[in-house]
Amino acid sequence: MSADTTPIATLPVTLTVNGRKVQRFVEPRTLLIHFLREELSLTGAHIGCETSHCGACTVEIDGLSVKSCTLFAVQADGAAVNTVEGLANPDGTLHALQEGFRQMHGLQCGFCTPGMLMRAKVLLSENPDPTEEEIRHGIAGNLCRCTGYQNIVKAIQHAAATLNGRVFQEAAE
Amino acid sequence: MIPGPFHYHRPTSVAEAVALLAAHGDDARPLAGGHSLIPMMKLRMAVPDHLVDLAAIPDLKGICEDGDRIVIGATTTQREVIGSDLLAARLPILAETARQIADPQIRTKGTFGGNVANGDPGNDMPALMQCLDAVYRLAGPDGSRTVPARDYYQGAYFTALEPGELLTAVEIPVPPAGHGYAYEKLKRKVGDYATAAAAVVLTLDGGTVATASIALTNVASTPLHAAAASALVIGTGLDAATLKAAADAAKAITDPATDGRGTAEYRREMAGVMVARALAKAMRRAKGA
Amino acid sequence: MNEMVITRAEREARLEGMGCKRKRVEDVRFTQGRGQYVDDIKLPGMLHGDFVRSQYAHAKITRIDASKALALPGVIAVLTAEELKPLGLHWMPTLAGDVQAVLADGKVCFQNQEIAFVIAEDRYIVDDALQLIEVEYEELPVLVDPFRALDPEAPVIRPDLDGKMVGAHGPRKHHNHIFEWTIGDRPGTDEAFAAAEVTVKEMISYHRTHPSPLETCQCLAAFDKVKGELTLYGTFQAPHVIRTVASLLSKIPEHKIHVIAPDIGGGFGNKVGAYSGYICSIVASIVTGLPVKWVEDRMENLSTTSFARDYHMTTEIAATRDGKVTGLRVHVLADHGAFDACADPSKWPAGFMNIVTGSYDFPVAHLAVDGVYTNKAPGGVAYRCSFRVTEAAYCIERGMDILAQKLGMDPADLRMKNFIRREQFPYQSALGWEYDSGDYHLAMQKAMDAIDYRALRAEQKARQEAFRRGETREIMGIGVTFFTEIVGAGPSKNCDILGVAMFDSAEIRIHPTGSIIARMGSKSQGQGHETTWAQIIATELGIPAADIMIEEGNTDTAPYGLGTYGSRSTPVAGAAIALAARKIRNKAQMIAAHLLEVSEYDLEWDIDGFRVKGNPERSKTMTEIAWAAYNSPPPGLEPGLEAVSYYDPPNMTYPFGAYFCVMDIDVDTGVAAIRRFYALDDCGTRINPMIIEGQVHGGLTEAFAIAMGQEIKYDAMGNVQGASFMDFFLPTAVETPKWETDHTVTPSPHHPIGAKGVGESPNVGGVPCFSNAVNDAFGFLGSTHIQMPHDAWRVWEAAKRLGAHG
Repeated sequence: MSADTTPIATLPVTLTVNGRKVQRFVEPRTLLIHFLREELSLTGAHIGCETSHCGACTVEIDGLSVKSCTLFAVQADGAAVNTVEGLANPDGTLHALQEGFRQMHGLQCGFCTPGMLMRAKVLLSENPDPTEEEIRHGIAGNLCRCTGYQNIVKAIQHAAATLNGRVFQEAAE
Repeated sequence: MIPGPFHYHRPTSVAEAVALLAAHGDDARPLAGGHSLIPMMKLRMAVPDHLVDLAAIPDLKGICEDGDRIVIGATTTQREVIGSDLLAARLPILAETARQIADPQIRTKGTFGGNVANGDPGNDMPALMQCLDAVYRLAGPDGSRTVPARDYYQGAYFTALEPGELLTAVEIPVPPAGHGYAYEKLKRKVGDYATAAAAVVLTLDGGTVATASIALTNVASTPLHAAAASALVIGTGLDAATLKAAADAAKAITDPATDGRGTAEYRREMAGVMVARALAKAMRRAKGA
Repeated sequence: MNEMVITRAEREARLEGMGCKRKRVEDVRFTQGRGQYVDDIKLPGMLHGDFVRSQYAHAKITRIDASKALALPGVIAVLTAEELKPLGLHWMPTLAGDVQAVLADGKVCFQNQEIAFVIAEDRYIVDDALQLIEVEYEELPVLVDPFRALDPEAPVIRPDLDGKMVGAHGPRKHHNHIFEWTIGDRPGTDEAFAAAEVTVKEMISYHRTHPSPLETCQCLAAFDKVKGELTLYGTFQAPHVIRTVASLLSKIPEHKIHVIAPDIGGGFGNKVGAYSGYICSIVASIVTGLPVKWVEDRMENLSTTSFARDYHMTTEIAATRDGKVTGLRVHVLADHGAFDACADPSKWPAGFMNIVTGSYDFPVAHLAVDGVYTNKAPGGVAYRCSFRVTEAAYCIERGMDILAQKLGMDPADLRMKNFIRREQFPYQSALGWEYDSGDYHLAMQKAMDAIDYRALRAEQKARQEAFRRGETREIMGIGVTFFTEIVGAGPSKNCDILGVAMFDSAEIRIHPTGSIIARMGSKSQGQGHETTWAQIIATELGIPAADIMIEEGNTDTAPYGLGTYGSRSTPVAGAAIALAARKIRNKAQMIAAHLLEVSEYDLEWDIDGFRVKGNPERSKTMTEIAWAAYNSPPPGLEPGLEAVSYYDPPNMTYPFGAYFCVMDIDVDTGVAAIRRFYALDDCGTRINPMIIEGQVHGGLTEAFAIAMGQEIKYDAMGNVQGASFMDFFLPTAVETPKWETDHTVTPSPHHPIGAKGVGESPNVGGVPCFSNAVNDAFGFLGSTHIQMPHDAWRVWEAAKRLGAHG
């Protein structure tokens, strides 16, 4: 426990979450994942391992993929954070990735899915037409216990095809 | 798994950061990417009272060329290392190594400086820095100094960094154009530390090795610069006997622990295999194959 | 009149019934972050709880001092065994007939055992308080090796059982002995071995591992003092069983307990049992009058809430010289850890291990299982497995390969020679099961043709020669496996949990406008029940699946069921659904007859309604009938259109499959690269092929992990090793092989829709297939058996031992 007995001040954190500005005062040790889930009730991102291996907590911060269980909320002060809750298109239809996961059976229990989707979103922003190999390496920070990844790869290919104006031919296996 | 409470500081200059670290001594820790420190804090194996976040210090960021050296700022992320055109042209082994560290998200936050500074024997960049004979720039309350990578590591998590000091940048001498290189890492899965890994940089003179440098990851409590192994490949064409001799010389300086990656014997043997494979790959690359 | 021009095929397609690759309805919420898992639920005033755990594997507790923790602002209470004693809740019964300490009662028997439960206002304060609780120990000698458990001088792990020489499953022969379970014909088997031309014997270990779903075990208990009612949200694969157990333990009447299993982030057997966290959360909520949430972290999950396997199987096969098996003898040493908390049907202390004769026509067999205590975590759950079927399949499939090697026969040919033949079904196995159906030769031949098996063997031979000549450092292994599962537990004549027969249930209600709500006693953890259950109903009742809502997990509304594990949902709940639907259809037929003014015997079912035989123009759709059921039921028939079915299966179902793996091993590093993996599954009638394939992919990935490195290991002091995702091998997309899937269809003769269940097959068949591939690769160097897991360093050690390093 702390040897320094100075009271620890809560600090203001201002974020733009899914396009909406939010401000809260938090303990410095508040992890971003808890800030999102507890303070903002955005429970899409999950906690699966707490040691930054599983990626269930992955969110997009300033256009990059970050594991929110290994980041203090104060570190993200001023950032734009996107979570799975903000992924769907503005008209309410599913984002190409969400649709790809549904079409290709890219999820089962759904627990890894929000992190997987948010990781895939950034992956496609960096590499709009990835090969299977690139997808597999691109999602290697996200564990899935249900699907064996094969249909997740297809789901991302499906989304890439849609976003590139093509029709994805393969069926889910 | 929740970190203990701490005071959070976000200095905007190196001087300010160093002053904070000096003022709080052992009770303070610098925070860069946090991907080593925060998990330790969650386990309460690290309970700093003060965290000094380096993210808002512009001077610690970036990759630039300074004469015959490349200088990488401490808070440059692994992702930025991978994406750097300058490094791709001059020091491609950096991206090759960075790609084998952790996973995409961790490379997004994880910093180059954090990887070399904290003395975790599992980290990959320290051995590479020893291979490249890099020099670390340290800033402290009494001013700045430099320490060669080959002198920096003293034991697991023990380094030449004094309390109150901060690693600010790494200077890497650029090997000649056309050099051969390879970072060969054996690991159980993405995200794992090396069972054993070897970094090799070499140059050729005709068909034979003119200069060579070999270093090893995670087969001792510190990274290891394999000087003897490096010396004995010079002047050879890396025939099978030389590769075996180099591997043996490298193995001789290892002292791995038995862990989930394998027995000490296995990990020592794997250090040899990685050295031989890295040498062979570096040779192929140097020959332009 | 568009209806008139719709073709039969269009009518059929509109239903999205059985056999179609219907997209999952669950995905709409899961892909938008709108799933609701336990930790997503917040209740007003909610507190958090977590455990102080033992740092030692075996020790007396001499002092627990919580005063500093209690002084921390925000800490509400600290529970220890002393606080639970007056309530009689410091111990709890296990599903296996043993008892387990809820909180350590004076001693700890495994590392990370629960000692105290801290309750505070938020999870951060709980974690701070955990650091402040002082526990003093007096260390005791530690027993880790199950093979030393029955030594006369072995440490006494369970002094609470002192003098109790008869356990829940018969006599105990030692203070660390739990049970001996035997089945089969011992003298007949001994005779077969005495007369055998060829015998093989090998100790085949299946190491300890863990199901490790991505969501850990968690619960939220909310006791309403005014109403005297408990609402318990939790990650429960079997919510009704949890309600019954909670009622028996807490003495709260069962009707005042509301158990809700919301969305579950994977189960794989981990979430069947009852854990200390549930009991402590309930007690804490009763004590504080506030909701209390317990969420285990990953380290706690891997090291405490159950393990799987840890079976050490001495396997002997007798055979003729030309490869006909004549007898099987297996002895299992089963390491159950410190408490026997196996999640098996109550009368089956070794689960269905007696499926160990596999797919082969053994005339005689004998099986004995000894369960022992060690200083390890309790559990023994069926990790994507129907109660020790994975162990049995591994045992016999390794055994058959070992026999093939001894006989100099090809392992596929040996299997073909010994398969139970199609005409032998229903087949009485030597160890007491009646296999319902199968066509093993057809499946095996299809698989061998698909992968061009003979060509692979030829390639392997050439590569072995190249290896011997020093031209390559790679060796090639071909894994052959043919497994038979036993799932769908189970018939009440032999299956119960704590006395509750292992039936399952469904309730279907058709609304006046023709849409449906249906509820089951099963509980999806990712299997997609909301999608597939609707497909069964759609086919049975002619209502489009899109108009059918499936609800599971709320014990107030769902009929009593035994839950989802052991691939039992389709064989048991799936049958209940079909039968409930058929009850409704029978009534609908009466209503249709009334509406059409014909005898019900003059009607026939036609896709989505009834039509008059010989006069198909005259018909009523189910939607029209539904309206009539509420609007103008026939005289004498009560209104409404709903039914409940409780299904007690007449037999288990017996899915099977042929799996092949092609592997290349780098002998210098021990790294195995999976070149190809082909899985042919026969799960009977296929409800949704897309979901079946997904299940197979997932199960194969688990099998790959288990066979190639996933292990819960202990050091000599009983310290659990590597209980994090750094060390516990969960492959990423990079390591995971690509899967090829295929199928044959042999419907179950006794199941209403002929379905058999598939979820666990790939784990059951996959593990021996990977292991056989590794063993097959090294066979030509003189190896007969290499123990799992086959992680790189162990493979390298095998290579070294066999002289592959020169």
